[in-house]
Amino acid sequence: MRLTKEVDRLRKGVLDIAALVEGTVRKAVVALEQNDAQMAQEVIDGDRAVDQAEVDLEEECLKVLALHQPVAIDLRYIIAILKINNDLERVGDMSANIAQRVKSLAKHNHAAVPEDLSPMAQKVRAMLRCSLDALVEFDADLARQVLTMDDEVDAIHRKTFESLKTILETDPASVPDYMQFVTISRNLERIADLATNIAEDVIYLVSGEIVRHQHVE
Amino acid sequence: MSQDNLRIKTFVDHGPEHGDEPSHKTEGTVKMSTRNLSFYYGKNQVLFDNNLDVAANRVTAIIGPSGCGKSTHIRVYNRIFELYREQKVTGEVLLDGENVLGDDVDVLRLRKRIGMIFQKPSPFPMSIFDNVAYGVRLQYRLSGSEMTERVMRALKRAALWDEVKDKLKSPGTALSGGQQQRLCIARSIALEPEVLLMDEPCSAIDPVGTAKIEELIESLKKRFTIVLVTHNMQQAARVSDYTAFFYQGHIVEFGRTNQIFTNPAKKQTEDYITGRFG
Repeated sequence: MRLTKEVDRLRKGVLDIAALVEGTVRKAVVALEQNDAQMAQEVIDGDRAVDQAEVDLEEECLKVLALHQPVAIDLRYIIAILKINNDLERVGDMSANIAQRVKSLAKHNHAAVPEDLSPMAQKVRAMLRCSLDALVEFDADLARQVLTMDDEVDAIHRKTFESLKTILETDPASVPDYMQFVTISRNLERIADLATNIAEDVIYLVSGEIVRHQHVE
Repeated sequence: MSQDNLRIKTFVDHGPEHGDEPSHKTEGTVKMSTRNLSFYYGKNQVLFDNNLDVAANRVTAIIGPSGCGKSTHIRVYNRIFELYREQKVTGEVLLDGENVLGDDVDVLRLRKRIGMIFQKPSPFPMSIFDNVAYGVRLQYRLSGSEMTERVMRALKRAALWDEVKDKLKSPGTALSGGQQQRLCIARSIALEPEVLLMDEPCSAIDPVGTAKIEELIESLKKRFTIVLVTHNMQQAARVSDYTAFFYQGHIVEFGRTNQIFTNPAKKQTEDYITGRFG
């Protein structure tokens, strides 16, 4: 059936963007951990490709909606792809933001990276991975796990932010660097939120249930 | 065999999905209900224990593949099936709680309460005015001005007045297909029915005429209860409040149209509305 083929094509399109974006997040985190300005620049430069891919996929989705007027699972699939596409593009932006901070930090001998930041980044990457696996596997249970992981990331972000207060009192000279770290933490926390959005869209896709703005047990 | 083909094969092999009985309940006032409605053409049973509630002042769409019994189902509501021989019905059809299949029911009065619009526009070979006035004359004795008022009101409600007000004496058959169908709707609503049965009302109409009739259905439901049989899934999704999916004479699924077309509960419904079957 032609619509089935079209939906499959859109699915492949969103998975291509997902692979691209996962790569930029990974590179941004490695650039942070290794203080690598060149890799950070690659992330920033790569964002344009993500932006273009997002626009192309959105146009394809709109075309299929207009031409085939899908319903039920086909409709839910295309709506989920449209929204996930948009979320992935935002994840790409967050990676580029992190890369900008890394570039800025790399210009001088900056303060040590807060110890929570690297585990936080790994957790955020795992959330993104899980939400995309849930999309591939059509697995609402896996998607629900992502929603609970978000709380852990929020807690780490709060902790990083709180530590800024201590730095203000004990090491005022490091405050500018710490502001950069808090911004990085904020961007990681936003990526976790976007991974959560993706997971919620997968739950909608599989079950037809909209779980946004609900507390998930 | 591809996954889609496998799905279709399973669907055809197994007949309608069994298991949980489909809900037939609506919210709000129920205008009509069928209870264990079965129908036979001779010895051939084509409807099986249909239970369905039709909500008052709402549009209920009946969808399903050809031969699934959707037209037969609504033909029982106003007993029009009785015009043909060797057709038998069991169960009940309730209109405001009273069984219309009872022996003591005045069938002409029943058909006045339950109007019907058919697939192909069928204007009488007479003027536009007389097309609308014809049924009214059979039922009521009205003065000339009362009749004019009645015809005008029906044509306005059928969204046809502006197009025909200057040519009421022209033959109804000279109108376009879409206009003819609206004329038939005007003829039906001139009798002030309570329920309007529409059997594929747009299948012979062009897209512009179809859009007008769909708009008309939306406005008519304020006054009438509408049951719409349609092959056009998008039409059912656009104009109806409730949808029943029929397959092989069974009601597979019934629910709010929004739910049926975004997240149907039954796999068979999903396969049908997404075009993987039918």
